[in-house]
Amino acid sequence: MVALYKGGILNLDPSHPSAPDRDRFILSKGHAAPALYAVLAEHGVISHESLDTLRVIGSPLEGHPNMRRLAGVEASTGSLGQGLSIGLGHAFAGRLDGHGYRTYVMCGDGEMQEGQVWEAIMAAAHFNADNLTLIVDHNGAQQSNLLPRVIDYRPLAAKLRAFEWHVEEIDGHDMPAILRAFDSVRAVKGRPQAIVAHTVKGKGVSFVEADWAYHGKPLTASEQVRAFAELRGEPAPH
Amino acid sequence: MSASTTPFVVSPGAATRDAFGIALRDLGHSEPRIVVVDGDVANSTRTEWFGQVFPDRFFNVGIAESNMVGVAAGLAASGKIPVVSSFAAFLLCNAYDQLRMSVAFPHLNVKVVGTHAGISIGEDGPSQMAIEDFALACSLPGFTVIVPSDEAHTHAAVRAMIAHEGPVYLRLGRPKAPRIHEAGSSLEIGKAYQLRDGSDLTIVACGLMTAAALEAHDALAAKGIHARVLDFPTIRPLDVDALVRASRDTGHILVAEEHLAHGGLGSVVAMAVGSHHPCKLGYVNLGNRFAESGTPEALMETYGLTAPHVVEAAVKLVAK
Repeated sequence: MVALYKGGILNLDPSHPSAPDRDRFILSKGHAAPALYAVLAEHGVISHESLDTLRVIGSPLEGHPNMRRLAGVEASTGSLGQGLSIGLGHAFAGRLDGHGYRTYVMCGDGEMQEGQVWEAIMAAAHFNADNLTLIVDHNGAQQSNLLPRVIDYRPLAAKLRAFEWHVEEIDGHDMPAILRAFDSVRAVKGRPQAIVAHTVKGKGVSFVEADWAYHGKPLTASEQVRAFAELRGEPAPH
Repeated sequence: MSASTTPFVVSPGAATRDAFGIALRDLGHSEPRIVVVDGDVANSTRTEWFGQVFPDRFFNVGIAESNMVGVAAGLAASGKIPVVSSFAAFLLCNAYDQLRMSVAFPHLNVKVVGTHAGISIGEDGPSQMAIEDFALACSLPGFTVIVPSDEAHTHAAVRAMIAHEGPVYLRLGRPKAPRIHEAGSSLEIGKAYQLRDGSDLTIVACGLMTAAALEAHDALAAKGIHARVLDFPTIRPLDVDALVRASRDTGHILVAEEHLAHGGLGSVVAMAVGSHHPCKLGYVNLGNRFAESGTPEALMETYGLTAPHVVEAAVKLVAK
């Protein structure tokens, strides 16, 4: 998301978040809303102060993104599996209107278990929706367990290629690789593109990394202190 | 509104799905934002007629109702007026989460058109028959729910649906529908239409049951029972004023619909009447069951949805 909004990929003017020819980003894995809100604040679409109101009643920063209440949110996600279909609708509209905008949709790898995602994948390929890019946050974990222990559908990239999509497979923590992948997919004509980003949930925080039990569990106050210290590269506090 | 002494003659008009197909195609010329999303059934829903004239604005996304609704949501979010249509059973049931979260929750301007509703579709049987679609549609906050009773009202309903800002569910049937309203009639969303007046009871009906109500009116008149007949093409928002007047003027309301007992027109009428002006209530509906395969006529007879069934229920109601 940082690459999209701050890396010069997404054509989005923060002062005109509804411009008809803007690029769209849909966070289909809507439970990652806090990350989206942080990026929207960094991009100047929403205020930094509003971040403190996350999940508070009356605040537009709901637990999952609400497109009616918050500028810059393109879809009200949270029920997994729906974002890519919505993105395909935007892609169709863009083609009808002769706009050159692109639509980017980020799904989780657990979310790829939802059948609707594959309905959209089939349709996007059939309609040559080359103005549609899927990013899969392939962190190998989901709510109840590691992904291979739930439904092990790997290898994902091969499956997407079998559905006629162009696929780039990258380390999702390597920013130069992310930027190269976006440049690469934007040059693809005639087929939709997927970037399968291999990631580690909680990367950079030693006690969270790859402990799938931290899915959906907030950090305690002391855990937050330790986490920020690690992310800043400081020595561990006592 | 006709004089109460003019007998109702069943005169078949176009099926409401056919009227929809024509109305949509014609509107496509004056409203360029209309885009149709289909799921492999355009030759049944009649959206193919729009597709033949406007192929660039017609998307058949195959047998995939969930994706179909999501695509419509994306189109609406980008400023189009998407008309997403399939058999009501598949569209509402298969794609309910998508209607709820992708369309209703963000209040997107998607027009959801469900055809082949009710048991009158005939031999294809229960898997193709929507019998709970009012209940499902009315459980989507912000949706307007419309069920035109005949060809003329369907033309008007399609225009009203496209002009309306916000999500709409339009329910249509498979068989030819008896003519009730004048050609060229308008339809105002949220308004009931009084077709007959009377002081002994009010028959509130929608869809194919409106014609049955008109036939029943005549049979009841012969028995000395004078029924007001109200056609309710809008289930939501409900014309509560018409119901209050009916309760006040006639003291008995019989609600007839081609739908389960639960969650349909009868349910919403009962709640409104109970809140505003309680009176005696009766119902003609499918009850709590699926139907089966049979001819439309045999099914309506077996499952209690004919004019004689309305007469019988009306007689019982006024005797209470």
